[in-house]
Amino acid sequence: MAAAKLKIALAGKPNSGKSSLFNQLTGLNQKIGNFPGVTVDKRTGSCQLDDKTIAEIIDLPGTYSLYPRTLDEKVVAEVFTDQRGKFYPDKVVLVADATNLKNCLLLLTQLIDLRLPTVLALNMVDLAARSGQSIDLKKLEKKLDMPVVMINARNGTGIENLKSILAGPVKPSSRVVYQSDEESRVLIGKIRTKFNLTSDYEAYQFLQQSDNLVFLPKHDREFIRQSAKDNNFFAHKYQGAETIMRYGFIQDLLNEVIMRSSDEGWKKVSHSIDRVLTHKVGGYIIFFVILFLIFQSIFAWAQIPMDFIDSTFAHLTTRLDQVFPKGPFFELISHGIIPGIGGIVIFIPQIAILFAFISILEETGYMARVVFLMDKIMRKFGLNGKSVVPLMSGWACAIPAIMATRTIDNWKDRLITIFVTPLMSCSARLPVYTILVALIIPDYKVLGFFSYQGLVLMGLYLLGFVAAILSALAMKFLIKVKERSYLIMELPTYKMPKWSNVGLQIIEKTKAFVFEAGKTILAISIILYVLASYGPADVMSGADQTVRSKTEGLKLPESEIQGKVASYKLEHSYAGELGKILEPVIKPLGYDWKIGIALVTSFAAREVFVGTIATIYSIGSADDESTIKQKLKTEINPETGGPRYTLPVGLSLLVFYTFAMQCMSTLAIVKRETKGWKWPLIQLGYMTALAYLSAFAVYQLLN
Amino acid sequence: MKSVADMTKGETAIISGFTDEEISVKLLEMGFLPGTAVRFNFAAPFGDPICVSVSGYDLSLRLEEASTISILN
Repeated sequence: MAAAKLKIALAGKPNSGKSSLFNQLTGLNQKIGNFPGVTVDKRTGSCQLDDKTIAEIIDLPGTYSLYPRTLDEKVVAEVFTDQRGKFYPDKVVLVADATNLKNCLLLLTQLIDLRLPTVLALNMVDLAARSGQSIDLKKLEKKLDMPVVMINARNGTGIENLKSILAGPVKPSSRVVYQSDEESRVLIGKIRTKFNLTSDYEAYQFLQQSDNLVFLPKHDREFIRQSAKDNNFFAHKYQGAETIMRYGFIQDLLNEVIMRSSDEGWKKVSHSIDRVLTHKVGGYIIFFVILFLIFQSIFAWAQIPMDFIDSTFAHLTTRLDQVFPKGPFFELISHGIIPGIGGIVIFIPQIAILFAFISILEETGYMARVVFLMDKIMRKFGLNGKSVVPLMSGWACAIPAIMATRTIDNWKDRLITIFVTPLMSCSARLPVYTILVALIIPDYKVLGFFSYQGLVLMGLYLLGFVAAILSALAMKFLIKVKERSYLIMELPTYKMPKWSNVGLQIIEKTKAFVFEAGKTILAISIILYVLASYGPADVMSGADQTVRSKTEGLKLPESEIQGKVASYKLEHSYAGELGKILEPVIKPLGYDWKIGIALVTSFAAREVFVGTIATIYSIGSADDESTIKQKLKTEINPETGGPRYTLPVGLSLLVFYTFAMQCMSTLAIVKRETKGWKWPLIQLGYMTALAYLSAFAVYQLLN
Repeated sequence: MKSVADMTKGETAIISGFTDEEISVKLLEMGFLPGTAVRFNFAAPFGDPICVSVSGYDLSLRLEEASTISILN
């Protein structure tokens, strides 16, 4: 019989170095996913404890106690009270920051009362020693009745020792820290017997948190709630008394085991850094310089690897075309699947760069200061101090930006940020903007200095930003949640980032995108490929011949005929049909069926608009901007006899692309981050409606 | 009654109690215990949120949260 893998959970408060310990124990053997039902990163990994024992390590969200403050933290209470649950640990490691033990031990005393076999890992012992603190370790072990290990998760000191203790037997501590009062004891006993629980405290937790323990069937939760009510069990009152009692125990304990306490001198450096970074003028300047650096790097530096990926996949398609025999199956591979995969891989540089910055900001402790600086302003708009980084990143690309919203603890704030981020003009809109702006806006200079075209371009970015802020404001009043928003947050002392943590974070986020959102992106891109390449069979197969016979007398060069064939095929494909069906709907916006086709195909990604326009007007290469511009300039609107792309049409299109979702990858990532299709579909509907109505207003007013 | 929100930069006071039960359980967990000292470090540029030291570490609080912590002085 194969023994079930030993399950070890890592628990502790935020900033206690839990993630560093997790990375030390598991290295690259990590798996990420979500805890069932919630979007909380679930990090698991395997670790070889000794010759015989392999353990599965589960990294739980950082929390101060079993009582959750955010939806994410609910996971912790669930994991520790659901004995039949998939994640119920055999052993627990409580990671504590040795420089500030008091707050770390609160959760520990709760684990003791739950009778969970726990090992206390004192992290950052180097810092504690430097601050002059010394602890009587033996006494601490005896008082807590559990193994205590000193570690330094940054350089790996003590990790082997921790592993060997975890490989051996660990008994639950025999201490009982919290004693419930007389009145509730009977009730607790009743719940404990009914659910067959191992400790009184677990029964007490059932009574405290019946709403949060979703693993319990509904009728059981109802039963607990009713029993609590009948027996005058006052959750909040007891919870307050419990915390005070626990801190009393902790204070007594620390008084006995701390032989010399630290002086606060080592925090001096951190405090003087704070004076600069949270300065009322300097603080903002520094923050915006950092934001600009992030923005610049995902916008500009990522372009180099992205171009490389782009040309590699284009090259691969051409190569496969030469190698493969003809036929729809092979074309699906070379023109549908390969470019589809390319469309996923292309996001990796931006994701990697953004998360490198974000994890550095978090590792150093600066992220907490960003929240501190921005909270007051952002809260007015229903956002959170932490929304700033995703929103700004949205100017480069909404995909990594939306992934970055996981740093926002409050679910409502996170949802609003996810919802409005795609309104920020991302870099994929730029090719559409530049070609249309160059086409319809005259190349004047205002005051001999500002280019007219540049001003319009800036106006479009501003328009998206304003729409994002106003939408956030509207949602602030529309979404009702029970969860109250708090900003009771630790401002950790500044630290140098640990580079391996940064690297692992990049790998983790990239994997999450490729394997989770990637599936949806690939599926949609294959559907769009089929729509644009296939149509009623007879028309399509005769395309080549039809075009050749039509143009016979013209003696066109072969490349031009090829272009005309492609244009003819696209026109008669299902996407082309769809464009024609759409024509009556988009006519009030000033568009015709050709633009309609471009709207359909550019649902894959906005920049596809340019390529489709190039094909439909049989321009040949989409790379040459001035050729496309020339061609579009001469395009005639048959109804008016004037040019097709007038100022009202062009502005209407620009406004449409500023607001419209038009990006399947964004939909895919929103689906991943919100756990389901509800929010991406609401978002798609909202943005499309906003785009349609605004484009309609622009065209009708100007025309 | 004075609260943490009324404190000035550099001031230290003793926590005496709370005026909002729901937030109080969170504040207790974070180390705002009646009888312990709290120090007002600095405020964010618009005066809100604020940074305080309590139970050996630095925390940020919104003014509306700070105003629920009563102090003796």
